[in-house]
Amino acid sequence: MKSVIIEKLGFVLLFGCIIITLFFLGSIMYLIFSQGLRVINWEFLTAEPYSGMTKGGVAPAIVGTLYLTLGSIIISLPLGVACAIYLCEYSRGGWIVNIIRMSINNLAGVPSVVFGLFGFAFFVHYLKFGVSILSGSLTLAILVLPGIISATQEALLAVPQSFREASFALGATQWKTIRKIVLPTSLPGILTGAILSIGRVAGETAPILFTACTFYMRGYPTSPFSKCMALPYHIYALMTEGTHPHEHTQIAYGCAVLLLLLVLVISSVAIIIRQKSRRGYGY
Amino acid sequence: MVTDVRIETRDVNFFYGNQKALNDINIRIGKNKVTALIGPSGCGKSTFLRTLNRMNELIPNTRLEGLILLDGKDIYRREEDIVELRRKVGMVFQKPNPFPKSIFENIAYGLRVNGIRDRNYIADRVEASLKGAVLWKEVKDQLHKNALALSGGQQQRLCIARALAVEPEVILMDEPASALDPTATLKIEELIQELKKKYTVVIVTHNMQQAARVSDFTAFFMLGEMVEYNETSVIFTKPQKKITEEYITGRFG
Repeated sequence: MKSVIIEKLGFVLLFGCIIITLFFLGSIMYLIFSQGLRVINWEFLTAEPYSGMTKGGVAPAIVGTLYLTLGSIIISLPLGVACAIYLCEYSRGGWIVNIIRMSINNLAGVPSVVFGLFGFAFFVHYLKFGVSILSGSLTLAILVLPGIISATQEALLAVPQSFREASFALGATQWKTIRKIVLPTSLPGILTGAILSIGRVAGETAPILFTACTFYMRGYPTSPFSKCMALPYHIYALMTEGTHPHEHTQIAYGCAVLLLLLVLVISSVAIIIRQKSRRGYGY
Repeated sequence: MVTDVRIETRDVNFFYGNQKALNDINIRIGKNKVTALIGPSGCGKSTFLRTLNRMNELIPNTRLEGLILLDGKDIYRREEDIVELRRKVGMVFQKPNPFPKSIFENIAYGLRVNGIRDRNYIADRVEASLKGAVLWKEVKDQLHKNALALSGGQQQRLCIARALAVEPEVILMDEPASALDPTATLKIEELIQELKKKYTVVIVTHNMQQAARVSDFTAFFMLGEMVEYNETSVIFTKPQKKITEEYITGRFG
């Protein structure tokens, strides 16, 4: 009898935790969409802001976030995958590799504002890229690099060793084995890492604060060396501006909706690729 | 005894780190014969098999001493082309391990990585290899199906076909039937009989009856040493050493 009660109690407790989580998730979604959808219309998506950010749209911020996200993924994905391939497939282990692994894991725990400061000092000033899309993308890229490396390493380790052995036994070189067997098999896992990174990059504010963003600009960025506006930074700027609190809050919610949708769109592309490549990999 | 020698080893020792796994192995493996390696778990028979195509080199911290000659040439010499060696000495593993690709692509893979691009030639080799592994009739209408959808026995024959595709001279088999049911095992054994007409086969097996059925020569390994090596009929009827007899009669192992 007693064990039945404990069983029931445990179930209720665990189920309660799910409800609490869903409650917060639901509230966030409800708040953002109920407030944000009101301001979203064609002008909001396509026009530039005017009248002290109280009118017009946020198109330059959308464009800026797109550029920064794509730029940082283009830089960090090949670099991170290459690092993971070296660590998993080529390196023979030993203490140096362990130190490298440990450093990468530690890098993942560094607060994003620290990356922002580093980007400001290194890319903006030392390399003289200025406050620009390039500097911002590079900063975001090193921010997500550890995540991409560990996700890729896990995906590579999940490829059965027997696939590699079979390939070597047929006279394939290590590189051919990696390119034709290991990478295609681990692609779903690698893309999962990429998807998570995209979400992270699109939403980060601190790293682009001093490296890429400007509160307001006329027109759109014209080159990688242009400054840009960005959705998360725009939300931050609107909420701290304080001149037209009512209008600004509304627009900030609108930006939040766009940010969520943007991440969803970019991610869904990766999810589709992942599903396609995962088909039939039931090993 | 063995007359037409394909593989010969001289005083082969093998180490995992500091642990010696093979102790002075001397064996002459005959051309177009099936040679079975038997012995209790951990006796070194699989390790020895994997020295013959330098597969053990994938394991870090291992070392080999002695000579292994394939057609009189040392396969561990500095200028040996390891890629070419592994093409010549094919391998079939314990667990069927087809790639997560189509049946066709599994077999074409070995050809492609060896630089062959001629589509007609690849298609011909795929067909010939599948016929060689007695799988053609079962899969000829579904060559573009994922290989992982095949049954375990079919997968293992696919792996044999994959090994045949690159036209090896020697085929190493590491307990190829141990993960299969009796019917599939029988098919593999019949296939091995077919294979020895064209290839030299070295097979590691846990199954004594299997060794007796399929092999011409049998080597009994124990604790890293080759205890006895002779024609299979001799090993199984009048072994020279007492310990061999005890093992094959099932008194231990």
